[in-house]
Amino acid sequence: MENVSSIYNEMNGADGSVRDHYAGYRKWLSETPPEHIARKRAEADLVFHRVGITFAVYGEESGKERLIPFDVVPRIIPAQEWKKLAAGLRQRVKALNMFLHDVYHDQDIIKAGKLPEEQILSNSQYRPEMQGVDVPGGIYAHIAGVDVVRAGEGEFYVLEDNLRVPSGVSYMLEDRRMMMRLFPELFSRYRVAPVEHYPDMLLTNLRAVAPTGIVDPTVAVLTPGAYNSAYFEHAFLAQQMGVELVEGQDLFVSDEHLYMRTTQGPQRVDVIYRRIDDDFLDPLAFRPDSMLGVPGLLQVYRAGHVTLANAIGTGVADDKSIYPYVPDMIRFYLGEEPLLNNVPTYMCRKKDDLAYVLAHLDELVVKETHGAGGYGMLIGPRASRDEIESFRQRIIAAPGQYIAQPTLALSACPTFVDEGIAPRHIDLRPFVLSGKDINMVPGGLTRVALREGSLVVNSSQGGGTKDTWILEV
Amino acid sequence: MLSRTADHLYWMARYIERAENVARMLDVNYRMSMVPQADGNLDAGWGATLSIIGLEDAFREKHEAPTMEAVLDFMVFDASNATSILSCLRMARENAHAVRGTITSEMWETTNDTWLKMRDYPRWKLAGSEIGEFFEWVKFRSHLSRGVTLGTMLRDEAFHFTRMGTFLERADATARFIDVKYHMLVEGSAPPDAAVDYYQWSALLRSVSAFEVYRKVYRDMITPVKVAELLILNDQMPRSLRTSLIEVYENLRAVSNHRTQETERRAGELQASLKFGRIEDVFARGLHEYLTQFIVRVNDLGNRISDDFLVPMTSN
Repeated sequence: MENVSSIYNEMNGADGSVRDHYAGYRKWLSETPPEHIARKRAEADLVFHRVGITFAVYGEESGKERLIPFDVVPRIIPAQEWKKLAAGLRQRVKALNMFLHDVYHDQDIIKAGKLPEEQILSNSQYRPEMQGVDVPGGIYAHIAGVDVVRAGEGEFYVLEDNLRVPSGVSYMLEDRRMMMRLFPELFSRYRVAPVEHYPDMLLTNLRAVAPTGIVDPTVAVLTPGAYNSAYFEHAFLAQQMGVELVEGQDLFVSDEHLYMRTTQGPQRVDVIYRRIDDDFLDPLAFRPDSMLGVPGLLQVYRAGHVTLANAIGTGVADDKSIYPYVPDMIRFYLGEEPLLNNVPTYMCRKKDDLAYVLAHLDELVVKETHGAGGYGMLIGPRASRDEIESFRQRIIAAPGQYIAQPTLALSACPTFVDEGIAPRHIDLRPFVLSGKDINMVPGGLTRVALREGSLVVNSSQGGGTKDTWILEV
Repeated sequence: MLSRTADHLYWMARYIERAENVARMLDVNYRMSMVPQADGNLDAGWGATLSIIGLEDAFREKHEAPTMEAVLDFMVFDASNATSILSCLRMARENAHAVRGTITSEMWETTNDTWLKMRDYPRWKLAGSEIGEFFEWVKFRSHLSRGVTLGTMLRDEAFHFTRMGTFLERADATARFIDVKYHMLVEGSAPPDAAVDYYQWSALLRSVSAFEVYRKVYRDMITPVKVAELLILNDQMPRSLRTSLIEVYENLRAVSNHRTQETERRAGELQASLKFGRIEDVFARGLHEYLTQFIVRVNDLGNRISDDFLVPMTSN
């Protein structure tokens, strides 16, 4: 079991003292009557319900929606720390975009021997259809939602890069709106960097990557529809950017161009911010049973008559088997040392790594390279002897399909729970936008695992969210 | 704008208006049931309400006699009845949900909140004295929803399609109101009774919020012909057929495109017939025939609007 005292607490130091950047909040908390906060928490619930900031739960009765629990204790990050984090994120996303361009063009990184060819070409996320296709500005991952955790003072690790269709940014924005509504007095005590301009920044980025020659591009958000779990976010972003929210049925291809059906007849679409996975985009090219996509879209895309954000085939760069190579990508493409840590990863297909993993199964987290959502995973410190032994056999049988990482001690942040305020594990997902430049708003979505001791922050498994404050001074 | 978006807006508005009109219809019956009258007439009133919306058969499949309790249950809470207030408010909310990026947040919150309250509305309240309060509530949620539309929405295409939905639905409903009540009141077999007559006519006027309006316009006793004139031809009465068609026509013109000439012509023609029509001619032809014909023409407009702008109904 984890050692509680070794976990980094965002608010309190190991000796129980309050960290400087939380001092003002702590003071406010001690001066504010608990009934006041209780009332505000109830108000938040009510408003979230009325506004319909909900997510649909798969497998439950259709149309059923739940609230993601919102916690009123903010996650505060000092300016200096954010500055370093932001620089690291820029560097990382820049290298990932260069990597994607390289993968789908000359594959220099393979030729240089930095990355084995089969790791890319046999990857299920690699899209041969994209080979040789030029995308505007050479940008593939226009929106990246990089998951970062803190293990100690100034010690950030990237867990996942999320370059396909990362979600959660609407919660970042709504959580801020909610905090300002509930506790305006806090915002006069703290200089919290604003995040509200995210939709503007996103629109500017999307317009900047329109096909060449389009002066006033038409942008649209493509959603799978109202029953998708993230539909609220799709609608929210379209509305905030003032662009159409379209479904596959609203679009059609004619003469190698993409159009939407409007009350005034067909209208050209130049940039699609798509919130649909590659597999469902075009039934003629990918899954033929997809009702969500647009027949012929890939052809228009390859002809350069529409921009998709993110591009097709970005999944090859955020796969678990590629993740260990990101630091090498940064060195290879940028000639720089990585600013953010990768979690050390043992690749069982390497002989030395395999030996180490087999000898330390009780300390490591073992993951399938293509697994997702915690499926096919072994958490060594919490597994029984039998589980470890059966996993050992599976690894020996197919070492190439497994990676292993040390168990990280995620930092914890004080959070309202049934018994009062107690520390709960958190992560952070900042959203990095790439267009002409790389931009991000200071902040991100902080997710919190509400169950005691739990490291799972996913909203589908009882996770909640917090407002994230980047301080300006 | 997207055809699908226009479609959702149009239906959102129609369902809200429909919920209001169902409430008005039930309310007027409820009021009439308090007027002393011959036994058996009570259930006849509830039965007539069902026939005006064409739901008599669907009702008979589930219930026997059209008692107040049975009709209220069927028309308010029955989720399997697509015209119940519950279903209308759910459909309004689902349509709004699909275009929440296009409507203002006030509109969305109003529609969502109405649905959440309706979903959780305690059934027992409809058995007692709070029944009138419930109908008031439905009407006021509809008022609120129109008010929020007028007060917050940009006067663009989205607005025009929303308004078109409201007024097409209203034209249809008001025509049916007059038809059924007129039938019951004038062609009923009961011997004329001045007091009952007065209460029934005033109940009809009240059901379309026109009682005070009638007094203001005519300063006279209540007669069937004048009631019909007010509800059909008056261009100042906000729920009349004429006002509804003026709104349909104006909003249609605001969004016209190259395919819509014929639809505009038909809307204009119907509007003009109300503008230049005389109530004497309507009665000479037969009020029931007139209203039946009107309802057919309104439905034709609805179909044409769907085909011209929206997601054609045949593809659904």
